[in-house]
Amino acid sequence: MSRPIPPSVRAGPPPRVIELALRVFPVVHVLAAAMLLFSPAFLVPLAFSLALRDGSHAAYGTGFLVTLVVGLFFFLATRGRHRRELQPRDGFLLVTLVWSVAPAFATIPLILSIPGLTFTDAYFETISGMTTTGATVLSGLDRLDPSINIWRSLLVWIGGMGIIVLAVAILPLLGVGGSQLFKAESPGCMKDNKLTPRIGDTAKGLWGVYFAITALCVLSLKLAGMTWIDAIVHSFSTMGLGGFSSHDDSLGYFKSPAIEAVIVFFMLVASLNFATHFLAVRRRSLRAYLADAEARRVMIWMVGSVLGIAAFLVARDVYPDFATALRHAAFNVVSIASTTGFASLDYAQWPIFAPIWMIFLSCFVTSSGSTGGGIKMIRAVLLFKQALREMTRIIHPRAVVPVKFGDQVIENNVIFAVLAFMLMWGGTIIAMSMLLMATGVDVITAVTAIIACVNNMGPGLGAVGPSTTFAVLTDFQTWVCTITMLLGRLELFTMLVLFTPAFWRK
Amino acid sequence: MKILILGAGQVGASVAESLVSEKNDVTVVDTDAERLKNLQNQFDLRTVAGNAAQPELLAEAGAADTDMLFAVTASDETNLVACKVGKTTFNIPTRIARLRSAWFQDHPELLADDCFAVSHAICPEQIVTEYIGKLIEFPEALQVAEFAGGRIDLVAVRAVEGGPMVLHPVRDLVDLLPRIDVKIAAIYRNDRPIDLVPDTVVQAGDEVFFVAASQHIREVMAEMRQMDRPVRRVIIAGGGNIGLRLARAIEAKLNVKVIETAKRRCEFLAGQLRSALVLNGDASNEDLLSDENVDETDLFVSVTNDDENNIMSALLAKRMGARRVIALVNRRAYGDLMQGGQIDIAISPAHTTLGSLLEYVRRGDVAAVHSLRRGRAEAIELVAHGDRKSSRVVGRAIRELDLPPGATIVGIIRKGEAIVAQRDDHVIETDDHLVVFLTQRRMIPKIEKLFEVSVGFF
Repeated sequence: MSRPIPPSVRAGPPPRVIELALRVFPVVHVLAAAMLLFSPAFLVPLAFSLALRDGSHAAYGTGFLVTLVVGLFFFLATRGRHRRELQPRDGFLLVTLVWSVAPAFATIPLILSIPGLTFTDAYFETISGMTTTGATVLSGLDRLDPSINIWRSLLVWIGGMGIIVLAVAILPLLGVGGSQLFKAESPGCMKDNKLTPRIGDTAKGLWGVYFAITALCVLSLKLAGMTWIDAIVHSFSTMGLGGFSSHDDSLGYFKSPAIEAVIVFFMLVASLNFATHFLAVRRRSLRAYLADAEARRVMIWMVGSVLGIAAFLVARDVYPDFATALRHAAFNVVSIASTTGFASLDYAQWPIFAPIWMIFLSCFVTSSGSTGGGIKMIRAVLLFKQALREMTRIIHPRAVVPVKFGDQVIENNVIFAVLAFMLMWGGTIIAMSMLLMATGVDVITAVTAIIACVNNMGPGLGAVGPSTTFAVLTDFQTWVCTITMLLGRLELFTMLVLFTPAFWRK
Repeated sequence: MKILILGAGQVGASVAESLVSEKNDVTVVDTDAERLKNLQNQFDLRTVAGNAAQPELLAEAGAADTDMLFAVTASDETNLVACKVGKTTFNIPTRIARLRSAWFQDHPELLADDCFAVSHAICPEQIVTEYIGKLIEFPEALQVAEFAGGRIDLVAVRAVEGGPMVLHPVRDLVDLLPRIDVKIAAIYRNDRPIDLVPDTVVQAGDEVFFVAASQHIREVMAEMRQMDRPVRRVIIAGGGNIGLRLARAIEAKLNVKVIETAKRRCEFLAGQLRSALVLNGDASNEDLLSDENVDETDLFVSVTNDDENNIMSALLAKRMGARRVIALVNRRAYGDLMQGGQIDIAISPAHTTLGSLLEYVRRGDVAAVHSLRRGRAEAIELVAHGDRKSSRVVGRAIRELDLPPGATIVGIIRKGEAIVAQRDDHVIETDDHLVVFLTQRRMIPKIEKLFEVSVGFF
């Protein structure tokens, strides 16, 4: 008796292409929905453009329509029988696609209203915005239409919104680079108390806080003496820790200690975990910050470095008195360490230790769940504790030493994930810098440009320093930087996993 | 007094033993019939086998006319339920529960009469931990018992050659320490109390009990022996309840290592402790001990739940150079065998706990009881009531009291102030707390009787 042959065997396996398409369609469907949601963003600069009569309104209208129509087309085309529940694995593809496709649409207004801007440069600019990096290829910012500056900083702000939810809700789900512990771990008081049970509600809560703090920032900047347009542009840039300015001289344009103080304050706020802000608002108590072991360390490093650099600048006779040194150190150190990338002056002229130290800080001095980049404070702390643990083990071979953060014991698999993340992070910096150097960039420029991109910080040193732009790079080099920014923002593994064959197998 | 004891473990058994010897009617309940049989063969008591939380069983055990309930089973939950049943169904006046979980200390409302109805909660592990903690604070002492909330202490110390008091009569102490009030309560030589007169000469090897204000303990001990340097490095063998509590209590101030055999337990301990180092291994493993520099250890405490293990690892640690070793020893025979030999201090958890249980059993107004010398002697804090007519104590000088043999009044606590009874002409007032040292426990009823107020008082 022969059993009936199952239909799949009888028909033979479906061709590989169709199999892939079936896998990708549901992701494209959600991606299209995300583009539909993204399209109203074009209406913001459109409104400004119409109100200010700067003449760029057609560019935003085009962008809006193209995004809407393309989004709608794919949304409808992939509807119906291809629909299935998204799996965690689809998250990698979806997140990567959202962060690379949305900036592509966002280039439309830039290309249409800035004559001579290539797609490569425009895409670099929008990726830089949506990854909250703040590196720019544009110069003559003061002469651009105000609505274009609004658009650029709006991209930073939207990118910041995306990152907060990505970091607090989505990446932990995917377990990228040990980030599963961000959720359970970040503020100590959250352990027993998830923010809200559902990702959707969590996102709304976090966005509410983000929105409120942004509004506060706009008002404060206005009161400190900015125009409304500048206040909005810089608030968007600050909250996303991006660093796009509407002036070539960045914050140096204003020459106002009050404005600098306001921006320093809000940069510090944005480099803390938004989940902690959320808890503090909901409980109407500052205790949430004390309970956040990461926040404490972020603040210690920030304040310590500002004072140290200020003292260093006085000692090296850069500034005659401590007050001036403190003002400039506070702004520029916080700006770079928090991966924002504003500059109030050309700090590359300071003795080399200071800018290098600032870039070093940008690698780890932001909290998980903030809009900042880099490896995040929690990973740095775990790494350090793991190193201490190995030393204890050498002295006491029988010792049982767990790595702890706050009072929580961190599982070994998380430690391994963090170690792997660090390796890939270092590897990315080396590989990408090598690519730049191979194509003729000098070593300081190459390494700092890549670190600035992978940490989503903004300006590097050398040819891409705070007083210049990334426009000096060739098209190939620009693409290298673009990809590095994306890699850094999506915590490397989200994107790299797409390049493994196993990911695409069933 | 009719007493019901639930749980025939170490604590239950030693309470039973102690109470039977004081002529109480004791009934012991346990699930383990074998254990009960042993207990019944040893002591004059009644046993009932079964689940201690069941009302029918408690009724069978005579809960209805019981004066006092000791719920000392291994399970917190059973003890809580038993107290509740004892209160609600049988209306037992005093219900004492052993509660391991520290959680109840933070939530006293759960022990109220309308909740679990526990009149007194005790935690043996905590008591033992505090006991060892005192020994770490005063490393030369054999035992430290607190009275009046820690204002005066009764301390046992071994006289060692080289101490200024050694080979001097007791009365010289007043000259050596003119500004300190101190009273020698008893001296034990070769494990026997000797008659104490002012001419008694302190010999090396004597166990001297004295009473002094807490801040003077050090100076008094310095008269009996040379002082050690303070304890800095501690190894705790055994990461059970006591080991964990002890490590947690001292890890902030001292360098602590905890040795535990079970790997899983090690991971748990390491998660619970902040600075103490947790080592996975056998505390009686020579290589492990030498790797961890046992020879530079000030104090080695073995607190596993196995007597033989504790003794062997403590002996080994001492041999390998640990300055001082303490072993937790449950069996009294072992304890007597070990203390004062290679092992500096043998602690009996049951007898350490006993004192705090006995506080509730003693007749009359008793504020504190400390079981000394592993249950042989006792120090007891009694409250004197009445006046010269109704009481046989109040209004009289100490030397006028008709104290039973072996009993010494060593301290008076009057209106929150502690007086060391250095001279015997202190006149006792009503509401004074008197600290009485008893070399023989069988004199307890006589002391209690002495402090009873005659009917005329009411």
